[in-house]
Amino acid sequence: MRNKVWLGTAVLVLVAAYAFYFANPNIAVSMFSNAWFLAVPLVLGAMVGVIGERSGVVNIGIEGQMLVGAFAGFFAAAATQSVVVGVVAGALSGIAMGAFLAFTTVKGQLDQIIAGVVINIVATGITSFYYESGKTIPRGLPNFDVPLLSKIPLIGPVFFSDGPIALFALVIALVLHFLLFKTRWGLRTRAVGEYPSAADTAGINVVALRLFNVTMAGTLAGLAGTYLSMEATSTFERGMSSGRGFLALAILIFGAWRPLRALAAALFFGFMSASASQLQASDVVNIPQQFINLLPYVLTLVVLAAAAGRVRAPGAVGQPFVKGD
Amino acid sequence: MTQTTSEVRESPSSRETLLEIEGLSKSFGTVHANQDISLRVDRGEIVALLGENGAGKSTLVKQIFGLMTPDAGTISIKGDATRIKDPKDAIRRGIGMVHQHFQLVPVMTVAENMMLGHESAKGGILDLDGARRMVKELSAKHNLAVDPDAEIEDLPVGTQQRVEILKALSRKADLLILDEPTAVLTPQETDELLGVMKELAAAGTSIVFITHKLREVLAVADRCYVLRQGKVVGGVDDLSNTTTSDLASMMVGRDVVLRVDKAEATPGETVLSIKGLQVKDDRGLPAVDGFDLEVRAGEIVGLAGVEGNGQRELVESIAGMRPSVGGSVHLGKDDITRSNAHDTNNAGVGHIPEDREKHGLVGGWSIADNLVLNRYDEPPYAKGFVRDFGAVRENGVKLREEFDIRSPNVDVPAGSLSGGNKQKVVVAREMSARPRLLMAAQPTRGVDVGSIEFIHRRIVEARDAGAAVLLVSAELDEILGLADRIAVIHGGKVVAEVDGKDADRTEIGRLMAGDTDH
Repeated sequence: MRNKVWLGTAVLVLVAAYAFYFANPNIAVSMFSNAWFLAVPLVLGAMVGVIGERSGVVNIGIEGQMLVGAFAGFFAAAATQSVVVGVVAGALSGIAMGAFLAFTTVKGQLDQIIAGVVINIVATGITSFYYESGKTIPRGLPNFDVPLLSKIPLIGPVFFSDGPIALFALVIALVLHFLLFKTRWGLRTRAVGEYPSAADTAGINVVALRLFNVTMAGTLAGLAGTYLSMEATSTFERGMSSGRGFLALAILIFGAWRPLRALAAALFFGFMSASASQLQASDVVNIPQQFINLLPYVLTLVVLAAAAGRVRAPGAVGQPFVKGD
Repeated sequence: MTQTTSEVRESPSSRETLLEIEGLSKSFGTVHANQDISLRVDRGEIVALLGENGAGKSTLVKQIFGLMTPDAGTISIKGDATRIKDPKDAIRRGIGMVHQHFQLVPVMTVAENMMLGHESAKGGILDLDGARRMVKELSAKHNLAVDPDAEIEDLPVGTQQRVEILKALSRKADLLILDEPTAVLTPQETDELLGVMKELAAAGTSIVFITHKLREVLAVADRCYVLRQGKVVGGVDDLSNTTTSDLASMMVGRDVVLRVDKAEATPGETVLSIKGLQVKDDRGLPAVDGFDLEVRAGEIVGLAGVEGNGQRELVESIAGMRPSVGGSVHLGKDDITRSNAHDTNNAGVGHIPEDREKHGLVGGWSIADNLVLNRYDEPPYAKGFVRDFGAVRENGVKLREEFDIRSPNVDVPAGSLSGGNKQKVVVAREMSARPRLLMAAQPTRGVDVGSIEFIHRRIVEARDAGAAVLLVSAELDEILGLADRIAVIHGGKVVAEVDGKDADRTEIGRLMAGDTDH
């Protein structure tokens, strides 16, 4: 029943998008491309949150993980003049940050919120301290066309003519949905995040699974940062994640802790921002730029107020697991 | 037909022994939770472990299921005495356990819960159809109807329990441990469960059944062991000609009653008067059902009863923590039926709650602050809306001395104290307010012997100072030692009232078990 509602909504949105496209192909493609461009880091960030919270660990350090990913990716690429090394470094830095969160909260039972705050503060500090101006990377990650898929009207140019990380974000949302709901790993992850003692008595190693999930989710946060500094732009700026990690958490809630819904929610956020810019650019409305920039955050408030009470977080989120009681 | 363990008859050797425990001991610090326990369970047998709270039943079965390691003694399963490492190991060796708190993921379906931990997958994809089929087959085989696609949280408790039993059976358990399985069930669900247990036993599954409800033991068990203070104090080999009163007296023991020196009570005017009170439990079922009782100034009324007969709901309702749905509670002339906890307290009710960690103290706050939790907003502890920390501290220092609270000072968090000292903080706070009615629920649970004596003496002193005291306790000794008058609660109402002086332990045990026929 609920699935039917979602399917209906998706079809409706698609029809509306194509109606727009056939009315005005250029503007439609540019707006939707811009929406997806803005949504990519939010999607990746939300997936980090999905994996963590589904396992029972809140990650409010996504913001910091992204920032470090952006920093590490850019400066590794600048130092070696290799974009591949940059991407790998960005991903690895994410894993390192994920491991920090995992080991302090799951093993050390540090409060998860405190650990997340530590990550955010440390990330801001490190990336500002070691920041060097004037560095450049050989080139940003290039856009490429996916054979066949990029030929689809509207969807092709929007989703299948982008850089590698954007494509990865789309794929990972679909894959994660499948993994979470159709595989053994997913069942166990959900059990561990909902009711760890039940998983424990069923012989599942709760601590090990949480450590693994939270650590590996860091990869996605690192790549989200790398996207910012190497794919969306070719530069690193201080504080360039600018709240996207927190927005991702809002999207996670709006998306009811489900990968596909979070993907849709991120697209919705991206689209709202893109259409505001579009309206501004085409002089339809005359609002100061600051208010346009404010939009995603206001939207976050509205959406969360609307979603509050309707969605439910995994049962054991935020609670350390202590064996035997 | 009550005998001590050494006299328990050997059952015919033709039956296979599934579980044999010898000399099992387990201590926590200085508390001996299990001492030299020996018992045996044969195939297809239902064996009841009977005992009051804290008798060591749960500790015992946790060791069988590998959740705790024994300090001494052996547990052999089908003749194999190697140590049980963890629950996984126990499951592998054919032991299934249905915990008091169900180990089911509430937002998942029955089938998902059944497969959790040993999922079968085809090409990486979970075989949910297979799990569904397995649930259907098992539930048909054991006559336990469940819908494999229902989400656990939508199911009634009785059905959730059925899923737990099926889960154990799907792991090929031939010994099923049920930890107080009827505590959460309605009477109808209980009867169903007892039926299921009999069928399982007839099909060859052995069942270890923990309970303190005597009726259930007589209804299903083949044999029973009675635990008291960590020891097996008796066993009944043939339950067919045993009565609930036999079991009750074994359960509460015939040891020396912890006598408290006290003068004859001189009851004054009625302080607490409860008429036809009705209160519902957390599940919305009637727990207190037409309860009548009067407590007069200068007397201690002990409310005896097996736990779970409405005592908790009664106390919470009087204290203003739980709404009543019928009847009235008067304190002197004041109607406090609908008063909240704060007003009830101000009206003159002191409450030593059953769960001191949850309702008695704020663990992270200092002892001094905890000692004024009921008066923090009144002079001298507050002037207008500003608190007077000097007065709070002064009061703390005084009460710490007076009530012998063992702590470095009054500024340490109350949560850091031992059980006995925590309880003294609660007792000190409630008594120093000089309540008209002192309500003490399980006042000495989990408290060391020295503190028990101290608390008992204080309760008698409060009585002598003219307070009406309502003592609720699952410890019959405590009731017999302290109460001037004893009321027995069963099924949410008072089934008998007797004078404390001529109270007979066996008689009260029988009444507690709900046996009022003769």
